Amino acid sequence: MSNESLRVRRIKEGTVIDHIPAGLALTVMQILGIKGKEENVIAMVMNVESEKLGKKDILKIEGKELKPEEVNKVALVAPTATINIIKDYAVVKKFRVSIPDEIRGIISCPNPTCITRREQIEPRFKVISRNPLKLQCEYCGTYVNREEVIQQLVK
Amino acid sequence: MPFLNRDILTITDFDRKDFEELFLNADKILEKKIRKINLLEGKIMASAFFEPSTRTRLSFEAAMKRLGGDVITLVGEEAISIKKGESFIDTVRMLDAYSDIIVIRHPYEGAAKLAAEIAESPVINGGDGKQHHPTQAFIDLYTVRKLKGGIDDLVYGVLGDLKYARTANSFLLALAKFRPRKIYLISPDILRVRPETKDYLTRHNINFEELRDVKDVIGELDILYVTRIQKERFPDPMEYERVKGSYKLTMSILENAKPTLKILHPLPKVDEISRDIDHTEYAAYFTQARFGVPVRMALLTLIFGKEIA
Repeated sequence: MSNESLRVRRIKEGTVIDHIPAGLALTVMQILGIKGKEENVIAMVMNVESEKLGKKDILKIEGKELKPEEVNKVALVAPTATINIIKDYAVVKKFRVSIPDEIRGIISCPNPTCITRREQIEPRFKVISRNPLKLQCEYCGTYVNREEVIQQLVK
Repeated sequence: MPFLNRDILTITDFDRKDFEELFLNADKILEKKIRKINLLEGKIMASAFFEPSTRTRLSFEAAMKRLGGDVITLVGEEAISIKKGESFIDTVRMLDAYSDIIVIRHPYEGAAKLAAEIAESPVINGGDGKQHHPTQAFIDLYTVRKLKGGIDDLVYGVLGDLKYARTANSFLLALAKFRPRKIYLISPDILRVRPETKDYLTRHNINFEELRDVKDVIGELDILYVTRIQKERFPDPMEYERVKGSYKLTMSILENAKPTLKILHPLPKVDEISRDIDHTEYAAYFTQARFGVPVRMALLTLIFGKEIA
């Protein structure tokens, strides 16, 4: 285990989100709906050195396993993140998040005259580019960039 | 059979050989001067216009009737009351039950695509908000081909509201399937073509340039496509006030044009083309409007899998 991870104590059961781009751990907490008032232990380390990223953030959440939709949300905001599932203090599963080819339902189309804003239908976006993030609404063709995605997810 | 039972939602779904098939069919309809033929007897077209239309609706209805089919329409107050209350999805289900093909115009982008996901019958997009107007693009390129003998190797200018005019956007997306020598995108800064359309041109290796004043390139142009400012699509009325009347094509600008220049306009035009141009050899927009019926007849016959003998 790296030195950075030792700065806060290990968790027994839960999820460690590693390799979050530096400065984005708070945003990741927000999009996961973590307010800090929950009973579980949450540890956040920001701006630690990273071989891969130069600097990175780490988030440890006791007693929580991410749902696939939450993993997709993390991928949109922090595409370099890796998810470690912890059971009995050991990493039982580790994977890197990946942005799917199509985003369904996670965000709404920012175009006020898109049909998805009027009818009760699930918004769908094609992923045009992963870095920089660029999505395109499958109904109205509007582009959505990373900043707009974050803005919606942290609401 | 690229058109058989197919939805016509965006011009990007079609390639050159599809255009050519449609155009040859339209040629036949014009050559034979077909006024009435019973090819689509027993077929009903539902035309549902949730937004005002003159040419598109009337030319679709005329096309269907000349082919021997019937038409039911949902326009004006009826459509507006639906716009306010009933779900669009429910309306489409009803249209689908009553007809064999649906033509839809709607102020919301993506409405025709949604309708096509619900309806079993083919759906034709008669204009969805600022996004697409594929049948207008078929007519526009057919007009260019008729007047110039082809679509490739010409220099195009597209002048006006390139941000909100679906006709201009569909025209550009259609041109990307061909090999124009160059396209000039001419508009005030705040009415520049949307990034989605610009990226599409780039991906198709189209040589294009953005500029403000048509005077700077008028002498190079073979085709000048003009659109009006789409007042109804401006989210902010102040934005409209700032650009209102910001461009106008006049006879003095045309002094430097090639004598063979042809001006297209999807109509209706307001004040962006000075009236005295209407009577010159440059004006091709009334011819373009006339092609609305034969091109839409050609499209309907292909969707229903019928052939003009």
